[in-house]
Amino acid sequence: MASRLPKLVVIATVGGAFSGLFGVGGGTVIVPLLILWFGYGEREATGTSLLAIVVIATLAAFAQGTYGNVHVGAGILIGIPAMAGVIAGTALQQRIPERAVAGIFAVLLVVSAAVLVL
Amino acid sequence: MDALDVTGLLAIGFCAGMLGGLVGVGGGVLFVPGLVIFLGLTQLEAQSTSLLAIVFVALVGAWRQGRYGNLRVRDGLIVGVLSPLGVLAGTVLANAVTERTLELSFAAVQLFFAWSLTRRALRPRDRLGA
Repeated sequence: MASRLPKLVVIATVGGAFSGLFGVGGGTVIVPLLILWFGYGEREATGTSLLAIVVIATLAAFAQGTYGNVHVGAGILIGIPAMAGVIAGTALQQRIPERAVAGIFAVLLVVSAAVLVL
Repeated sequence: MDALDVTGLLAIGFCAGMLGGLVGVGGGVLFVPGLVIFLGLTQLEAQSTSLLAIVFVALVGAWRQGRYGNLRVRDGLIVGVLSPLGVLAGTVLANAVTERTLELSFAAVQLFFAWSLTRRALRPRDRLGA
């Protein structure tokens, strides 16, 4: 644990910075770091990332809410179908090889990088 | 907001959740453009509102992955609870360098991760049991 905590602090800092600067959950940096640095399996990394994101996004949503930037109705309208989607996505993920999960993730990273640059 | 906008929001919401479940992200990469295109929110409003939708995705996703045995609760909570450090670091960074520098740096980090994950996935991995 002694050597794990500093690494977790770094992951939290990079994930939080990414989330705060670009308004996303931070998963695109948390998942790769858990895999490449901690040797997590792909499925474990994605599950654990989601738990971290619960905390990150809740804090950030509250902070933005106090500035009046959150449209609650719109968030619920887009969030409810997303809950159905995530149930389907996690179920599908259990049925495909872990290296396919890594492949899909790599594509997402390239797209996300392209969006940042353009 | 007409029927087309509602349909678009529902569809993009489902896709964002699907992506979140598959690769462990919150779905903001789809929520934000969806809210801008279909509801005409500003970038700041869309990013903020996206965070609320991300909470829904992440809660349900973490619950499902927990049931599948893919959740390390302790590590996930440590990363989440310490993430405000990153918000501070991000604020300092944003004041120290230009927005363009930030965007290009993060893009470079993501491309490096994509390369590393692909290399790892292509290695023989009987040791990892996958």
